[in-house]
Amino acid sequence: MIRIANAQLWVHDQDEALAFYTDKLGMEVRADVTLAEMGDFRWLTVGPAGQPDFAIVLMAIPGPPVMDPETAEQVGTLVAKGFAGTVFLTTDDCQASYEELMARGVEFTEQPEERPYGIDSGFRDPSGNSLRLTEVRLPASV
Amino acid sequence: MAHVPPARHLLRARDAADSRYFEPLGVEDLARAAGLSRAHFSREFRRAFGESPHAYLLTRRLERAAALLRTTDRSVADICLSVGLQSIGSFTTSFSRTYRVSPTAYRAAFPPAAQHALVPTCVLRARGRPQHRTFREDSEPALN
Repeated sequence: MIRIANAQLWVHDQDEALAFYTDKLGMEVRADVTLAEMGDFRWLTVGPAGQPDFAIVLMAIPGPPVMDPETAEQVGTLVAKGFAGTVFLTTDDCQASYEELMARGVEFTEQPEERPYGIDSGFRDPSGNSLRLTEVRLPASV
Repeated sequence: MAHVPPARHLLRARDAADSRYFEPLGVEDLARAAGLSRAHFSREFRRAFGESPHAYLLTRRLERAAALLRTTDRSVADICLSVGLQSIGSFTTSFSRTYRVSPTAYRAAFPPAAQHALVPTCVLRARGRPQHRTFREDSEPALN
């Protein structure tokens, strides 16, 4: 069986991203390892407390020789423009989670609103990555 | 602190257009959200996203208006105001130019909003029960 273990987000600043995903979103640090022999490459992952088998990799945009400066600049710009991807989070109570995260200083770009599939809201991480926070609710049969 | 690409500030302005379109928001306000002067902001926004901030805000408002036309039975005037536009004439012109039909014709092309409103069953049952009708045998006896 194939399962998803990690998914990666590009971030502009790993320390800033770590503070956001742990202090504000309440995720756990799953791994934080710096490898001196690989040019101080830092493998940094976080995940939701109740979901131990999945983590988000908070990956710094590398320089040469991994990525040429022009490409690194383009990737950084794509992230900053909000076009580098979305993480879809779910919650049992969107309004309660929204209020909790707001109180911790998360700036929402979309407040909780009713959708055909439940209650949906959205915010961004400091780098510009998009995160959705959804209470999935299928319509009751009439 | 790592270098933050300038586009991150422009994204704040675009997010402001997406989340606060219903307010009397203008390009000046979006420039403020990005922390840039208006002229510099408009130029940089267009360079980053391929259209002017004015066009982005207007098309976001039109997209929201189109959704309200499809999913509510509110009047066109009410929808115009509720997406942050002031002039119904300008709204109708912009909408018609963008969608190639008037707001009224656009709405008529979709099933009535009431058909897909997810009204809970308990409400439908409570409101759908008909008034009991009789031939006066249940009514209060007339006082003579």
